[in-house]
Amino acid sequence: MEVALADTGGAIGAGQAQTAAIRIDGLVKRYGPFVAIDHLSLEIPRGQFFVIVGPSGCGKTTLLRILAGLDKPSEGRIETIAPAAGRPGNSMVFQGDSIFPWMNVWDNAAYGLRMRGAPKAEIAEVVGHYLDRTGLRRFAKSYPHQLSGGMRQRVSIARAFANDPEILLMDEPFSALDAQNKLLLQEELLRIWEEHRKTVVFITHSVDEAVILGDRIMVMTAQPGRIKNFVDVTLPRPRDVLELQRSPVYAELVHTIWSSLRDEVNRAKRQAEGEG
Amino acid sequence: MSTTTTTTTAPKLVKRSAPLFTEKARERVMAIVSPLGLLLIWEIAARFGLIDTRFFPAPSSIGGTFMELVRSGELWANTAASLQRLFWGCLAGGIPALLLGIAMGLSRGLRVIVEPLIAATYPIPKSSILPLALLVFGLGEPSKIFMVAIGVFFPVVINATTGVLGIDKIFLDVGHNFHASRWSMFRTIALPGAMPVIMTGVRLGVGMGLVLIAIAEMVGAKSGLGYMIWSAWETFSVEQMYVGLFVIAIIGFVLTLLLNELERVLVPWRRS
Repeated sequence: MEVALADTGGAIGAGQAQTAAIRIDGLVKRYGPFVAIDHLSLEIPRGQFFVIVGPSGCGKTTLLRILAGLDKPSEGRIETIAPAAGRPGNSMVFQGDSIFPWMNVWDNAAYGLRMRGAPKAEIAEVVGHYLDRTGLRRFAKSYPHQLSGGMRQRVSIARAFANDPEILLMDEPFSALDAQNKLLLQEELLRIWEEHRKTVVFITHSVDEAVILGDRIMVMTAQPGRIKNFVDVTLPRPRDVLELQRSPVYAELVHTIWSSLRDEVNRAKRQAEGEG
Repeated sequence: MSTTTTTTTAPKLVKRSAPLFTEKARERVMAIVSPLGLLLIWEIAARFGLIDTRFFPAPSSIGGTFMELVRSGELWANTAASLQRLFWGCLAGGIPALLLGIAMGLSRGLRVIVEPLIAATYPIPKSSILPLALLVFGLGEPSKIFMVAIGVFFPVVINATTGVLGIDKIFLDVGHNFHASRWSMFRTIALPGAMPVIMTGVRLGVGMGLVLIAIAEMVGAKSGLGYMIWSAWETFSVEQMYVGLFVIAIIGFVLTLLLNELERVLVPWRRS
């Protein structure tokens, strides 16, 4: 199994990667005169863990919101794979606290399934499964204010996975967490993702995180957001985060991405200073 | 500045023992002691002729009248009449206010239409609508219930809108992303998210309703606590007047306790 896992990105021929889950063609997003995303075209194959890195303000969150259907493109076309009947097209793990404070852990995790009227038995089984996988079963009756930040983000992940979408969208889900919690959650995410290998679009500003999680990494330019380059991550799966960080390939990848990202981060910084 | 003399003394140990009562227990005791103390001073002042007992009869004589009114059944009948009007008025004003307020919070279009109407009618003193209410609804129950409803309506509708607008936008995004229907957005996000602010509105509204029911009963009623107070004025039975005021105060106090309890049930995520 491990052999096939080294995704070769553009080389469409590796069986499962043949169907595209997302196809973006000439996407532009403007807010008045401000261009957030500038003619972006992209294809993400089904089952790929696709990571987007870029300096802040490069439009990566905007891109994800458009994919989630929460924002409309100004120009261009977006196609996403049609989900099987009864299943949702995508579910989003938001940046920051997004689980409902007025629902306990169980009800939060069950939200997507309830909204699409899934049968009670299915809800109990699926939600139970993901609460087990995220170590939250004991806290099913707890309210968010009784949980730590890391646990709240676990609920958010369980909610998205339990909804069983065709595509998972994750917007810097771990950015607010401390280093230790971040590591634990990255490992958990990898483990859960391995079960079904759904298509994931994951946004981060952390290069390490991108390499740890991703099959393919897209580096974006500073505003206006364009594609700078792609980096394929050929590290085998399943991945062990600690082992991974010792491998020379990992170090090489981090270096490559950093060097292409550094100019953009500097440019974003100059832009921000210019405005201020 | 004079010269400072430094005296070297051995450091003193400050003795600290656990307080006899906890802060909370002391506050609770004070909540009982202070009104009782006031009554005691009042009683003494009345007995020794320090205050005019024609206007401020001694608490003991008010107590006597209270017992008389209880025995005759008059007090209970009037209290029940007021409470019933208050109850129906709260429902008649509160439920439409809740639905409209939340819908306004969710829909910009509706807000644009309705907000000016509320802003224009809100400052009208509610008691000044009473003659109109009597004209339209007559002297029967509906005019009283209407007055309470008006009093409850405004604080609830305003707070429900404010409450929904105060909900973090990310929760609405979650609702959209998980394909919540309009009704689900209302039920699972807007209503519970706004509930803490709505409860503040309900408190204000019930208080306003209590004020208005007393006023409405003074003018156009043959029962109720407001009527009881007003007829006491007409017969110059000052003690009866105080009994009415006292019972209204008790009702206000009990309603506050009930609403606290209701809030604990409706807003469980705030409980620590």
